[in-house]
This record gives sequence, structure tokens and C-alpha cells, in this order.
Amino acid sequence: MTHMSKPLVAALLAGTMLTSQAFAAGTHPVTGEALADDQTFTYRVLDEHSSLDPQVVEDVTGSEVVRDLFEGLMNQDAEGNLVPGVATGYEASDDKTEYTFTLRDNAKWSNGEPVVAGDFVYAWRRAVNPELSSPYSWFMELMSIENAAEIIAGEMPVEELGVSAPDDQTLVVKLSAPLPYFPQMTTHATTFPAPQKVIEEFGTDWTKPENIVSNGAYVLTEHMPMERSVRERNEMYWDNESTIIDRVEALVINDENVALTRYMAGELDRTEIPAGQFPRLKAEMPEEAVSFPRLCNYYYTFNLSESGPEVFKDVNVRKALALAVDRKIITENILAGGQPQAFTFTPAATAGFEVPEVEMASMTQAERDEMARELLAEAGYGPDNPLKFSMIYNTSDDHKKIAVALSQMWKQKLGVEAELGNMEWKVFLEERGNQNFELARGAWCGDYNEASTFLDLLTSPSGYNDGKYSNARVDALMQEARTASDTGPLYTEVEQILAEEMPVIPIYHYAGVYMLDSDVGNWPVDNVEQNWYSKDLYKIAE
Amino acid sequence: MFAYTLRRLLGAIPTILLLITAAFFLMHAAPGGPFTSERKLPPEVLANIQARYGLDQPLWKQLWDYLTNIVLHFDFGPSFKFKDRDVNDIIAQGFPISLTYGTLAFLAASIVGIALGVTAAIRHNSWVDYTAVSLGIAAQALPNFIMGPILILTFTLWLGVLPGGGWNGGQWQYLIMPVIALSTSYMGSIARITRSSMLEVLNSNFIRTARAKGLPVRAVIWRHALKPTMLPVISYLGPVFVYVLTGSVFVDLYFSTGGLGQAYVGSALSRDYAVLLGVTILYGVLTVFVNLITDLAYAWFDPKIRY
Repeated sequence: MTHMSKPLVAALLAGTMLTSQAFAAGTHPVTGEALADDQTFTYRVLDEHSSLDPQVVEDVTGSEVVRDLFEGLMNQDAEGNLVPGVATGYEASDDKTEYTFTLRDNAKWSNGEPVVAGDFVYAWRRAVNPELSSPYSWFMELMSIENAAEIIAGEMPVEELGVSAPDDQTLVVKLSAPLPYFPQMTTHATTFPAPQKVIEEFGTDWTKPENIVSNGAYVLTEHMPMERSVRERNEMYWDNESTIIDRVEALVINDENVALTRYMAGELDRTEIPAGQFPRLKAEMPEEAVSFPRLCNYYYTFNLSESGPEVFKDVNVRKALALAVDRKIITENILAGGQPQAFTFTPAATAGFEVPEVEMASMTQAERDEMARELLAEAGYGPDNPLKFSMIYNTSDDHKKIAVALSQMWKQKLGVEAELGNMEWKVFLEERGNQNFELARGAWCGDYNEASTFLDLLTSPSGYNDGKYSNARVDALMQEARTASDTGPLYTEVEQILAEEMPVIPIYHYAGVYMLDSDVGNWPVDNVEQNWYSKDLYKIAE
Repeated sequence: MFAYTLRRLLGAIPTILLLITAAFFLMHAAPGGPFTSERKLPPEVLANIQARYGLDQPLWKQLWDYLTNIVLHFDFGPSFKFKDRDVNDIIAQGFPISLTYGTLAFLAASIVGIALGVTAAIRHNSWVDYTAVSLGIAAQALPNFIMGPILILTFTLWLGVLPGGGWNGGQWQYLIMPVIALSTSYMGSIARITRSSMLEVLNSNFIRTARAKGLPVRAVIWRHALKPTMLPVISYLGPVFVYVLTGSVFVDLYFSTGGLGQAYVGSALSRDYAVLLGVTILYGVLTVFVNLITDLAYAWFDPKIRY
């Protein structure tokens, strides 16, 4: 077992990845660690993946597999930085509305055919094609690709999409508006190439192990739905000699406690730690219990629409409730997995995001409680006239614990009577989406590593703004941020407005809380999106 | 008997149709739909998806198209959640798994349960009886969601002799825990029913007559007592068989067997209408058949019953 720090290993690895130097059998080419004979990585997934079709997949589980099977223009390294994938690089026009990607000439599909720019053109047109009706077609709209929205709406033929292949090694993308983080978005599964011939031959069956052809470091060799999927080294992959892990098994285990037991029995290399168990596991197995920040937030949203309660239209009430939440109790006693407390909507881990100073964060809990009592009294609520409302969350043990804690904090400190209601997931989404609630749980994981993936949610036109918060200044700032070269001040102002108006109560930001076998090398703990690539991992000899 | 069977099979058709219709409308009455998601899909994206799956049609048209597709093409439609797969695919993959360990659990529960019950009745009020009764009650009190964790902790974590879940093509190591978890509580019930039924039969006149003419105990039991004992047991076994196939949801979830129960619950939660309906129909047809077989078995065990 090495004592080299993980970031150092990661940095070294990233450095040599480009040189693609062959490694001596049995030892890692960079770290010199002895490698295990059996290079199989086995991990737990919560649920069966929705699809393995890059243009169709919409869940995290599926995207993890797709990221191994297919390779897009760009990849991410262990820190989440952009590194070359099929493209060796790109150039942007001066006005940032045209990107030209240069593709490597040695990239191959698993059937030996070359990966060409036309494969990307086919894939991107496919993603917006109304016939495929991909649930992620909006991602192409988000990327601002020319005519994407019109094609999805059926108003233009797919050939009009702003992407073309002047030759096999060149891909030109035209954007309808400059988008500073456009290249980052090409690491998303929706933008991965697709094998036209195979798809036309097999239809929706093309992703079955016996039919699939892919261009990533792995090929799908086995799939037992609801049980497991297996992917193995793709000998045709252009950088195959740098790949160390030979075989990756994803086991579907719904119950996280069963998964933990099976991890303990040595059946898994990685699994999630159930809420509250991290401290015990960290004490027992300090090498294996890991926690690191992730790009997700957890909050409660007020219904500020017309159907919402009158009391929440009073900013003092909203602030009082947000202040009285003792986030430390929630993160340290309930979750206990190293989650950071949240006083802003955007997680601190987001790339390029400077956490702005908000008043609430700098106060002690006693000061917050005091201020909460004053604000609520100002709003006309007190022991004689208690504030009453209902709050909803989707059925889950963890959400329940947090909801109970919140209602108790509010009751004890402010005499508030909050009525709890839990709902099955789809019912919850329906009720929240129809503004049929007073206070509701919300959470979001970033689609890409940039603050707008969060802050856009609180703009008026957002499809996820279930509280119907609307502030013209926020909308304008976010619009400006799309094309601004320095977004920092804009995001800071948005967060400050949010802290002042408190349309949502930020509670905490997620942490990845895993049991990770100590023989797994180079797990990208610093990649806050947790976009991991099996080809970058290795198993150390024990 | 043939005419009776035919009549029952024909009678099953309206039952199944009613089941499909009721399930269809109940399903659509539940709040939320297959494409209700956290971030609402843009209207044009949602419209494309709904058009693809025919969800933009009026409900009666959807039901009609669904039924005609089944009758004409035996096609139960695409899954809304698992976009690379259709319902036929999901059932073809999951049902054999559920059937395999369900049948094994059923056999284990029946054979051990009946043996335990018969032994207890023959050695009435002896230590054998007490042990068998205690075992039966203990087993009955252990539903599969209690047995699951106990088994995994014991055999996977402590003893390390069995894999903690998965299917692996149905290798025996992967079958043991699901079968035990699923069969235990039924085993207890079967033992209890068999014991009381056997005790009643053993006290009846024809058994006394058989003994009086000097027949050895073994022959009395096997030739005369067992068949009538089985009547109440059979009426219990029919539903149990359906339960072990349909009620194996927990086992599927807990042991990640990949069986159909998991797909069934998942489809209800994700409003995957086609999968939910497909599995409901399968279970409906299965229930009708098992009931028929149970009724036919009655006739074999009890000569008084004639169809």
C-alpha cells in the first residue's frame, strides 16, 4: 500500500496520460505501485440504467457506463479539468460562436472502423431529432447549437443543425450565442458519437451486448437487466495501452445497507455509505471510508406563486425560517458524512465560483435564532399567534429525518407549527410542479461544473423553479452571465439577492460518501461532478 | 372435466379484459406520469416524447391500440423508463428468474411444511410434535424481509460461504438465500394446516376402521389419511404459488436477483405504464390458471368432487 497522497498520484497520472507510455507488467507506469493480477473493478449501482444509448441516456448510473463505452470530443481528468478525448483540441472564433474541433486520426470504433467527424454530426442530429424524442434533447438547446430549438420543435429539418464535418478530422459547431463553457459541455453523454450503421441495422436493440459497437475504452460484454452489467477492455481503443482496468462490473443493489454488507464481505470495491454511518465506518476503516464535496444542493423552497400562502410573501417570515435552521445539527448529527452546511444556493465546490459573503453565514446560531425571533415578531407572529404551514418531501428515511428536525427547530425556537407531509416521488413532483404546496423539499445536482447550472433554476423561465420565484434583476444577471467573460461579480450579486429575498432555504451541499476499497487507485475525489472514467483507475496488489 | 376446463378458460377472458381495463384506468388516475421529472421537460421535448409513445391520444384510443397490439402482434409495447427495451423483453428476461426461485421456494415450503405437519400429527403431543409446532410457528413469524438481512449477515458476512446477491445464470449458490427467505413463512403455515388437518382425519371413523382391520400405521397414513388431509392444504397451496411468484418483490430487491417483482414495483413508482400493465396481465393470467389447476386437483384428491 502506497503512502503517496491521492492528489499527487492523480497529478502524476494526468501528466503522463498524454504520452501514453506503455507500463511494465505488474507495476504502475507512474506511481510504481505493484498492480493486482486481477484488474476488475466492481461497484454498486442503485438502480438499473435507463439506457446505454448516448443520445437517450438520462440517469447518472447510465451515464457512468456510457462514459466508459463511448468517448466524446473532450474528457475530464481527475480534477474535472478538460483533457482531449476523440478531439485533440479545438479553436474558437473571435466572437466565440464557432468552434472547430480537430479529431485524432487513430480513434476507432470497437469494430475497427475509424471514428470520424461525421459520426459526431450523425449523433448530434440524432439527439435533436423529434423522431428519437430524446429526453435529453434540451441539452443541445442548452449548448446553444444553432437551430437546435427549432429542430426539436419540428420546425426545421435535422440537417439544419449547426454542426458540420468539412473532412473526417474536422468538426465545426456553430452557436446561436457565445457560450463560455461550451467545450466543457462536450464531456456530456448526449454529445458522444454514435455508430450510424449499427443503429440503422438493429434499431433500439443496438445497445444490447451482442450488437453494440462503441468507441470508448470499454465494450459492453454482458447485461442482465436489474442485476448486473459488465464492460471489458476495448482492444480497438486508441489509448488502449494506457488502460489498466480490464473489466468493470456494475451490480444493481437497491438497498444501501445490503450493499454495505456485501462491500464488507468483499464483493464490491465501491458503495455508498448510508446516512449517519460515516463516523463509525471512518473510525473502523479510515483508509476506506471517504467523503468529498459534490456538485449538488439540498434546500426547501417556498411557494411564492399566487396559489402559495400569503405568509410566505413576507420576506421576514422567509428569513426567520431560514435563520432558525441549525444546519450543523443536520450535517453533523443526521447526515454525518462530511456534508458542508449551505448558506448559498450554489455549492462552494463549483468551479470558478467564489462563495459571496452573506450575512447569515457569518453569524453564530444563537445570533441567527435571535434575529429569527425578531423578524417573526415583526411579521406579527409569536406565541399567541403561531405561524402555521405545511411542508412536503418525497418519501425517504433521510428526507424524513431532516424534515422532522426542521419542524422541531422551528417549533422550539419560534413556536412555529409545521405540518409534515410525505409523498411518493411522482406524486410529489406533480404536486410541487403544480404549485400545490406551501414549503417543499428540493435538490439539484449540476449538469455541468459552472454556477449557472444552479442559479438558472431560480430564474423566471426555469422548468425547475417550482416556487415560482421571480426577480427581474436575477433574470437579467443570469442572461448577462451567459456571454460575460467574467461571471464572478454577476453570480455574487445573484447569490446576494437570494440571501436577501430568501426564496429558498439552502440546507446543505452534498458530499460523495463512499466506502472505497483501498486497493482502488486514482479515484477522482477532486472531480466534484464525479465524472469518473474506469480507464483512469487501477487496482493495487494487496 | 374437459368441458369444465374449457368453460373456465373461456370465462377467464372477460376477467382478464376487466383486469386490464381497471389497471389501465387506475394507472392513469395516479398523479404524475412516466415523463414527470424533476426539471420539467421543455414543452416541445415533452410533445415529441408523448407523440412517440402515443400518450397524446385520448385514453380510450390508447387502451384500444394497446389491446389490439397484444391480440394481433403479441406486443406489449415499449418500456417508458428503460428506453432500450420493450415489455416483452423485460418479461422474457425477468419472469424465468422469478419462476425458477419461486417454484423452488414453493416446493421447499410444500415438501418440508407437509412433512413437518404430518410428523407432528402422527406423534401427537410428543416432543416431536412440540418441536415441529415450535419450528412451524417460528418460521411463520419470520417474513422474508426479516429473513433476508439475517441470511445475508450470517452466510455472506460472517461465514462468507454464499454470495450476498445476484443471479449469475441461476447457479445454486445464488439460489439458496432467496429460496429460504421466500419459503420460510409459507413453510410454517403449511406445516400448521397439515398438522391440524391430519389430526382431524386421524380421528375419523374410516381411519379407525382401517386400523381395526389390522393395517400397519404406515399403510394407514399413506393409503388412507394423506389424501383427505391434503384438501385444505391444496386450497392454501394455490394462492401460495401465486404469492411466491408475485410477492417476491422483496426478495428481488434484497437479493438483486433481476426477477420480475423488482420490475413490477419499479414500473409502478416510475409510472412505466406499459411494463406495469404487462406484468399485471401476466400475473392475472397466472392467477386464473393456478386457480383452475387448484380446482382440478381437488377432484383428484376428493372423489366426492366431480365437474
